Amino acid sequence: MLEDSAAALAAPRPRGLGRRQWAGGAAAAEAVLVPAGALVLSLLLFGLFVACAGVDPLAVCRYMIEGSVGSWFAVQNTLTRAAPLLLTGLCTALPAQAGLMIIGGEGAFVIGGLSAAMAGVALHGAAAPVALAGMTAAGIVAGGLWVALAGALRHWRGVNETISSLLLNYIAIAILNQLVEGPFRDPDSLNKPSSPSIGYGHMIGTIPGTEIHWGLPVGIVVCLAAYVLIRHTTVGFATRIAGGNLRAARMVGLPIGRLVMLTCFLGGAAAGLAGMIELAAVQERASADLVTGYGYAGILVAFLARQNPLAMIPVAFLLGGIGASGGLLQRHLGLPDAATVVLQGIIFVMILASDAVYGRLPWFRRAETAG
Amino acid sequence: MNGGGLGWWIVPLAVLGGAVRVSTPFLFVSLGECITEKSGRINLGLEGTLVMGAMSGYAVSYLSGSPWLGVLAAGAVGTGMGLLHGAICSLKRVNDIAVGIALMLFGVGLADYLGKPFIQPAAPQLPSLALGWWASSPDVQNALKVNALFLIGVALAPLLVWAFRVTRWGLILRIVGESADAARALGYPVVPVRIIATCLGGFLAGIGGSFLSLYYPGAWSERISSGQGITAVALVIFARWNPKLCFYAALLFGGAGAFGPSLQAVGLHGGYYLFNAAPYILTLLIMVATCSPKRTLVGAPAELSITK
Repeated sequence: MLEDSAAALAAPRPRGLGRRQWAGGAAAAEAVLVPAGALVLSLLLFGLFVACAGVDPLAVCRYMIEGSVGSWFAVQNTLTRAAPLLLTGLCTALPAQAGLMIIGGEGAFVIGGLSAAMAGVALHGAAAPVALAGMTAAGIVAGGLWVALAGALRHWRGVNETISSLLLNYIAIAILNQLVEGPFRDPDSLNKPSSPSIGYGHMIGTIPGTEIHWGLPVGIVVCLAAYVLIRHTTVGFATRIAGGNLRAARMVGLPIGRLVMLTCFLGGAAAGLAGMIELAAVQERASADLVTGYGYAGILVAFLARQNPLAMIPVAFLLGGIGASGGLLQRHLGLPDAATVVLQGIIFVMILASDAVYGRLPWFRRAETAG
Repeated sequence: MNGGGLGWWIVPLAVLGGAVRVSTPFLFVSLGECITEKSGRINLGLEGTLVMGAMSGYAVSYLSGSPWLGVLAAGAVGTGMGLLHGAICSLKRVNDIAVGIALMLFGVGLADYLGKPFIQPAAPQLPSLALGWWASSPDVQNALKVNALFLIGVALAPLLVWAFRVTRWGLILRIVGESADAARALGYPVVPVRIIATCLGGFLAGIGGSFLSLYYPGAWSERISSGQGITAVALVIFARWNPKLCFYAALLFGGAGAFGPSLQAVGLHGGYYLFNAAPYILTLLIMVATCSPKRTLVGAPAELSITK
């Protein structure tokens, strides 16, 4: 499975090494235009879908634009929703570099948020920077270890990492529910069992002049760092070799186990950080509300960006916008809130199907052979 | 001790009865996945298929008044989902695991969307056979209420073993799953066989879903299946692609799933969520114990991407 998935997903498109510059340009254009085409096709399909439900597709289109970028409020909503996606997407994109298909972002998000809440409650009396550092460390380490477990099982026991990481999601949610209804419950939370508060003074604020919390710049910086790590460091290069051709990586003696563990840990750490930010910037207490679905949407972000952390930034904005427009669709057109999930599902399927057309469209091929 | 006249004996009894009740969707999904994986493809989207089956089965049962029509509709919808998976995976360079993840999210979202109007109304449920008529205790009678779908699943397992082993169709399926090149050389169409196998898998998973909404727990809600489909896919690996072992594994998982509720029945409420997570933990532990990085699993179809 390793070789197979890596060839299809993790390995970057051949950049036309040694060819003329514009052949690489054609490959880059292909890498942008094919997903864009798939996206447009998905929107058309979604239009058809809502039309079958008796809703005017043009109105849907108008409200989606209005709800995502139509006003300053909408833009802020979009950006706030994009922030966690940047991080949870890395939970799939980073292990993918080593040829693993991890879908455990939701679990790492939940465990990260839960651990951060515990650290936050424990550090209730500490100074704000200390408490924030403690919560961040707790979220990162817990999320990282959670996904590293799936990586370790893959490497040392041959357990399929897709299935195990998905199972870990359910286990994480069970742990969360068990703790906030039992030992970690604030006795005052009557209707909705929640943990004690981390304290209002220890929460992450918003960027001055906006309603957007600091998770957005953090997410962008982490994505940039992940890109540099993958493309411009020895470790990243070694990881991509392991993901692209496991046998060759073994031949040259790369420490595959360590690379797998590292990428899984970093991916999980990113998702755990997202959970910590969600807790410390939005929710204040751990509760069942930590199960947000950001982890699953992150899988889509990673695949839509073809596992490239740099491309994940615009993709996360796009999906954040889709999520942000859900409210308007519900209010004005009576579409269920699951409508945006359906759209995400259609996009996901179309993007994967579009893998088939790479290198086959005549105009891109001509550019490459000409070069 | 508030478990009626039986006291603590109600726990193993409830686990047994629960195993029969809870295992049916596991059984159907794993048998379906078994067919699909024998052809060399893996469909992780059965989680979505299961939920779609639950939704459509409930909706059709409510609208038509006949639960069996609902079961059929669920099977048809499952076949459609399988066809979608099979067709997309037949495109070049498309990864079946990734498509499975996509269809899982898509199926769950779509069922949520389309199922909104059916959350409140009560649909006619599937009848059950009272195999405990001889017992005087209502607890025993309750535990031995068996649904006809379970019996169909029980009959299906040996039937599939037989079909894989001796029928022409079974042999073709196995050839395609073991070596696509050999199948091509023999003149068998690889892609259509795999699409048909995925459709059959979707059909059974859809029926498994209808059991969820039409018998146990017996109502439609968005969270009707939390990971039962994916657990069943893992179960096929654990059962080494053998339908008979799938049946035993499904019973085991059903028992694990029934453990939490049966403890509640005797008044133990602690650890409710953790006991509900027992099937997932069990799956993980079993996979850790039975997988190995050194060798291919016994009985694994050689074309299966997950074991390569």
